[in-house]
Amino acid sequence: MAGIDHAPPPFFKRGPAPLALLTFYIAVSLAIFVVDLRFKSLDLLRQSIALLIDPVQRVAQTPGSLVDYAANYLQGMKSLQNENSELKHAQLNTAPNLQRLIQLEAENERLRKLLAVKEREKANGQVAQILYTARDPFSRKVIVDKGQQSGIVAGQPAIDESGVVGQVTRVFPFSAEITLITDKDQAVPVQIVRSGQRSVVFGLGNGQLELRYMPANADVQVGDILVTSGLDGIYLAGFPVAQVINIERDSAYSFARIFCVPVAGVENFGELMVLDPRQTLPPPPPESVGRGSDSGDKTGLRPKKKRAAKAN
Amino acid sequence: MQPTFSSSRILLPVRPWFIFLSLIAAVLFNFLPTAHWPGMPDWVALVLCFWSVREFRRVGMGWAFVLGLLMDVADGSVLGQHCFAYVLLAYVSASLSRRLLWFPLVQQALQVMPLLIATQLIQALMRLAVGADFPGWGYFIGPFIATLLWIPATFILLLPQYQPVEQDPDRPI
Repeated sequence: MAGIDHAPPPFFKRGPAPLALLTFYIAVSLAIFVVDLRFKSLDLLRQSIALLIDPVQRVAQTPGSLVDYAANYLQGMKSLQNENSELKHAQLNTAPNLQRLIQLEAENERLRKLLAVKEREKANGQVAQILYTARDPFSRKVIVDKGQQSGIVAGQPAIDESGVVGQVTRVFPFSAEITLITDKDQAVPVQIVRSGQRSVVFGLGNGQLELRYMPANADVQVGDILVTSGLDGIYLAGFPVAQVINIERDSAYSFARIFCVPVAGVENFGELMVLDPRQTLPPPPPESVGRGSDSGDKTGLRPKKKRAAKAN
Repeated sequence: MQPTFSSSRILLPVRPWFIFLSLIAAVLFNFLPTAHWPGMPDWVALVLCFWSVREFRRVGMGWAFVLGLLMDVADGSVLGQHCFAYVLLAYVSASLSRRLLWFPLVQQALQVMPLLIATQLIQALMRLAVGADFPGWGYFIGPFIATLLWIPATFILLLPQYQPVEQDPDRPI
């Protein structure tokens, strides 16, 4: 590192020594790396920089979308007609169920009222266009074109026409970042449709998901569909999430390894729907006192750790 | 300055706005949808390395830090990841500058290659250390392509500084 010392003689004005500068910048970089990772308190900085580069990013995406547009425009009439007839066919196929849906929902509501069960939440949302995939190769995220200006908040789930895609993790003024369910360790609380068993499915980072902490003799079969269980205050119950494709039962371990693939076109480009946040749950009971009088249905939602800690 | 120190050809002084423009263009190149293709080089790292070697008094660690911050936000990666790698890249490039410019272009590219690989490797190590998955070997092809691009990049980025080989004696300048 001797070369850099060929600086002007000291009677000219010069800044701090390169090594001092290097130390300073390295220290700052590492500091913001740790703060961003552990404390997540740099959102304001991130948002302001995002606001600055948002126009540049949109300009950079223009050529690609122009090519897409041209390809769509030049697509043959034949294929469009085919697609149209297929869609009509599909619509007719689903018609018997759809036409009775309103009546079914009304009936369901009435029955729930009779049973004094809380009414099902309605799923509303807004359609958002996927702008681009985040360039970071270590995670699976997409950026959509709705942000704070459209009232998006972090935590909202996103679905496409066949199932859950992911969850909004960061919100910028004009865009939002959606972490896909296949991102490493992204968790979705699910329920197996066939057996009604509840569990949590985790992303593996390679396009697959894994159902963890299921006992080796659990009632899971290849082909089982997992839907959201609604036990988290984020995802509404009943949206398809994944399908089991492979089960490894090894008696040496107490848990089975269950691999699933997402039902939704998670890694495809297109449009998706960002669902409104769920209605606020009743406030959690105070932490310190009065926990003993909790009724069983609420404590079931809590992590086991807290209960264990209380037992000590 | 000369294209290399062993050349007799004298270059015009660099224009600061051209440096700025080239760095912005590199950022724009990184934002293009092509950035997802396997083996796409990190354009910002390449251009930053070039100017750190050529003009380390104008483009230094401050620029590296700011560009790193921009790339971090644009990529959706952890803040500080690109900053760290780019600052180190700028520092080492600047330190190597005096030696590097004695060599012809191909040998320059060979000496720049470890720096570009290290930039990528540092980022991977930082993310692996905090629990990310290995992104696959495709992630490390980019620096090799960038090394190949060192020669055309030198030609293009020095273009505004070349003066005509045959000077007209009738013209005052």
